Amino acid sequence: MATEHPPQGDLFSIPALLQRNARRHGASPAYREKEFGIWQEWNWIETAEEIRAMALGFLALGLERGDYLAIIGRNRPMHYWAMVAAQMCGAIPVPLYQDANAEEMAYVLEHCGARFVVCGDQEQVDKVIEVQDHVHCIEQVMYTDKRGMRKYDHTQLNWLHDIQAEGRAAHQRLEDELDARTAELSYDSVCVMLYTSGTTGKPKGVVLSNRNIIETARHSSEFDRLVHTDDVLAYLPMAWVGDFIFSIGQAYWTGFCVNCPEGPDTMMTDLREIGPTYYFAPPRIFETQLTSVMIRMEDAGKLKKRLFDHFMAIARRVGPDILDGKPVSGKDRLLYRVGHILIYGPLKNTLGFSRVRVGYTAGEAIGPEIFDFYRSLGINLKQLYGQTEASVFITQQPDGEVRSDTVGVPSPGVEVKIGENGEVYYRGPGTFVEYYKNPESTADTKDPEGWVATGDAGFFEEGTGHLRIIDRAKDVGKMADGSLYAPKYIENKLKFYPDILEAVVFGAGREMCTAFINIDLSAVGNWAERNNIAYASYQELSQHPRVIETIQAHVEEVNRSVAEDPMLSGCQVHRFLVLHKELDADDGELTRTRKVRRKIIEEKYADLIAALYDGSSSIYTETEVTYEDGRKGKITATLDIRDAATGEPRHNRMAAE
Amino acid sequence: MTTRGATHAAGPKGPAEAMNHPADGWITPDGRKIGGTLMEMQNITLRFGGVTAIEDISFDIREGEIRAIIGPNGAGKSSMLNVISGFYVPQQGEILFHGQKRPPMRPYEVARQGIARTFQNIALFKGMSTLDNMMTGRMTLMQTGMASQAIWWGKAQREESAHREAVEKIIDFLEIQSIRKTPVGRLPYGLQKRVELGRALAAEPKLLLLDEPMAGMNVEEKEDMSRFILDVNDEFGTTIALIEHDMGVVMDLSDRVVVMDYGKKIGDGTPEEVRNNKEVIDAYLGVAHD
Repeated sequence: MATEHPPQGDLFSIPALLQRNARRHGASPAYREKEFGIWQEWNWIETAEEIRAMALGFLALGLERGDYLAIIGRNRPMHYWAMVAAQMCGAIPVPLYQDANAEEMAYVLEHCGARFVVCGDQEQVDKVIEVQDHVHCIEQVMYTDKRGMRKYDHTQLNWLHDIQAEGRAAHQRLEDELDARTAELSYDSVCVMLYTSGTTGKPKGVVLSNRNIIETARHSSEFDRLVHTDDVLAYLPMAWVGDFIFSIGQAYWTGFCVNCPEGPDTMMTDLREIGPTYYFAPPRIFETQLTSVMIRMEDAGKLKKRLFDHFMAIARRVGPDILDGKPVSGKDRLLYRVGHILIYGPLKNTLGFSRVRVGYTAGEAIGPEIFDFYRSLGINLKQLYGQTEASVFITQQPDGEVRSDTVGVPSPGVEVKIGENGEVYYRGPGTFVEYYKNPESTADTKDPEGWVATGDAGFFEEGTGHLRIIDRAKDVGKMADGSLYAPKYIENKLKFYPDILEAVVFGAGREMCTAFINIDLSAVGNWAERNNIAYASYQELSQHPRVIETIQAHVEEVNRSVAEDPMLSGCQVHRFLVLHKELDADDGELTRTRKVRRKIIEEKYADLIAALYDGSSSIYTETEVTYEDGRKGKITATLDIRDAATGEPRHNRMAAE
Repeated sequence: MTTRGATHAAGPKGPAEAMNHPADGWITPDGRKIGGTLMEMQNITLRFGGVTAIEDISFDIREGEIRAIIGPNGAGKSSMLNVISGFYVPQQGEILFHGQKRPPMRPYEVARQGIARTFQNIALFKGMSTLDNMMTGRMTLMQTGMASQAIWWGKAQREESAHREAVEKIIDFLEIQSIRKTPVGRLPYGLQKRVELGRALAAEPKLLLLDEPMAGMNVEEKEDMSRFILDVNDEFGTTIALIEHDMGVVMDLSDRVVVMDYGKKIGDGTPEEVRNNKEVIDAYLGVAHD
C-alpha cells in the first residue's frame, strides 16, 4: 500500500474521533437539522452525549458485538447517531436506500442478517413489517418519527427517543460494558457495510474498515484543506458511500458541521439558508438548478435579461481563468467585479453557493456548458471519480487543474493503472476489505495484490496525467463493421441538452446505432407553455411532433460532433424514438442512483428496439408501470420512429481518398 | 386507504333506529374510542323565503367520530354545515353543543367555541403565504391586543412565537414545509386544499367541519387527503363532520353517515347500514319523486 501513517493517539474508530471532537471542538456545531421551521443545533459535546445515550439504549435492548444494524431513512442527525452508536456497541451499521421497495429491502436485510433496524418513519416501518413475513432475523425495530405509529404492536418496536431515555436511565448498569466494547475497536474493525446499487444482478455488501474510512477521510480532507468550521448539507442518500465519507468520515475527522434539510422538497431552500462551504452533488442536481435559473431568466424583464446575458458572457470568457488564478487583463477583472456585484453574487446567493469553497460532482459525466457555467460564476466546482469499493476517492481534480472532460489525477495514497483491455484499476488505503459473504465476487474484483477492477474503460491523457473515462468496460463493444461502440459516450452527449433527461443507445454488434430518448418534463413542459402547446400528460407531450423535431435536431447535432471523432464516428444515432414514459427506478429501469440498467431496458422494450431496426415509422406498445405505492398498471402508446441525418464518418472518407 | 367497514350493529335499519348507538360511546372496529354526544341537532328547519333548505332534521355528532353528511346536489348539505358553523340561523330547532343549548351566534363566536371549517370553494388569502394563512387560523386564540402586536414587544412577541410553533407542528403534520413561504395563489389546487385544512387545524378545533375536502382532486390527491383526515382524527382526537360526494371516500372514512335529500334526512347510520337503506338507494339512483 502507498503512504499510510497511523493517526496520532488512538484514533482508530469513528467513536474515538467523536470523543476527540467533543474535547477539541466541544462548543462548535456538529449537527443542524431544520425542524418546525427552525434550525436546531447540536454541538459536539451534546452530540457525544446523544450518541452515548443511544448506544446504551441499544445495549439495553440486547445489541451484540458483530450484529448488523440497518438504518432506513432520510438524512437526519438521529440516523447518523444510530450508525455511530452501533459502532460503539461493536455492531456494524448498514444504511439502506429509503426509496427501495420491500422486496429489494428484504434481500439486503436477509443477506446481512440484521437483528436491529432503525426506520425513519411509518412508511419504512411498514416495509420492514412486510419484510418480516419471510425474513426472520429482525428482532427489534426502532423509528424516529412518531407520526401514525400509535396503534402498532410495540412489543418489538420502539421510538428511538425512548431508547435513548432507557439508555440514560441504564447508564450505571451498562457504561462499563459500552466503554469496553468501544475500546475494542481497532483500525481493522468493520466501520460500515454499504450495499452497492448494482447495475447488474443482486446488490453486494461492501465491507469497509475503520482504516478505509479514516485514511480516506484524512487524505481527502487534507487535499481540499477542510477545517472544523466548514459546513456541508447532507441530502444525498445515506446508503450511498459518498454521504458516509462526507457526513461521517470527513465530518468526524475534521469536526465540521453536518446540516440536514427539513425534507427532500425543501432541499433547495435549506441549501440557500445554510450556504454550505463544502458541497457535493451529482451532475443531475447542477443541471436541474441551471435549468430552473434559465427558465426563470426567460420570464424576467428585458433589462434584467440583457444584464444577465451581458455579464454571463463576460463570466464565461474570464471567470474560469480568474478562478484558476491565470492572468486576466485589468479591464476584464474590473468588468468581472462589476458583474459579481450585479449578477454573479445575487445568483450564487439564490443558488445557495455564496460560501462554497470546494464543490464536487461525480457519478456521471457533466455537460461542459453546465460545468463551465458554475465555474464562471467563481464556484470552485471540481470532478472526482470514485466508487463504493474505493471508499469514494480514486481520482480527483486539484485546484487549478479543473476540466469538464477529465476526472483528475489519482487521489493521495491511491495508485491507478490501466489494464491491457483499457480497464481502470486502482489500489489504496480506501480499498474495501471484501464483499460480505461473497468470496467469489471479492476474488473477481480484487486481485491478491490489492488491485481492484473498476469496470470502467479509460486512459491517462498525455501531458497532464489526468484520467479520462470513456464508458463502462463491459458496455464498450464493437459494431458489426468492427468500429468501436461506446454507448455512454453518446448518451452523455445527448443528455447535455436540457430537453433530454435520459438517453439509451443500442448498437452492439449491429450495423447502426439507435436510441431511446426521455424528455425532461420541466424543460420541455416550460417550452410548451411558452409556445402555447397544450398537453394533458407526459405521454402526449413526449409524442408531440414539434417536441420530436426538437429532439431530432439535438440528435443530428450530436451526430455531427461524433462524426468528427475518428474513434467513435461509428456510434452515430441513425434512428431514434422518444419514450412515452420516464425511465424509473421503481420499474427497475434505473438503479436507485439513477443509472441506466441496459439489460432490463433491452428486455422490457424488445418490441421497440426491433422496430428501430426493422425500418417501421411507428410502433404500438404496451408497458407495465409501477406506481409509487407498489401497485402496477399498464400504459399504451403509439410511438413515432424517426431517422436522423448522420455525418460521413471521417475515417471512412480518409480511407476513400 | 384504510377501510372502516362497520361490523357492529349490522342489519338493515330505517332512519329512526339508526341513532340507537350506546349513549356513552363505543369502540370502532379499528380500535378508536367514540365518546358521548358532542353536538346535537334537534329538529332543525331552515328556510330561504319560500324555499325550505332543511326540513326538521335531527342527528348527533359524537366525540372523536368522523361523521359524513351526504346527499345529491341541492340536498341541503352545505346549508347544514353553515347552520353548524353559525353562518345561517335556523328558523326552528335547537343546537346543543357539549350538552348546552346554543343561542344564535355570529360565526366568530362559534369559532371561539372550538369549531373550525374549510370551504367548498377554497377561501384562502391568495396573496399571503401558506404560513401567514395558517397563522390567521390562530386568530381566535390570540390574547394580546392589536396595539401591542403592532409594536411586537414583550408578551405579543412571546405569544407570536408560541403560535408560530403550533402552526409549524401542523405544517410538519401536513407535510407542507416546502411551501411554507409560497403565496397560496401560486399553489396547485390540491395543495391549497391542504393549506385550508391546515388553517382550520391551527384553530385547534374540537369539531372540524370539512365542506367537500376532495372536490376536484385526482385519485392521488384524494388518497393523500383521506390519509390526513384519518390522521387528524387519530392524532389530535378531533371530531370531524364532512360533506363529500365521492362515495368510496365517504364509506371508507366515516364512522356514521347522515343522508339528506331535498332538505330531509332519509338515512342515518354506519356506512354499511346506509348502503343498504332503500330510500338512500332510490335517492342516488334517481327514483322519481311523487
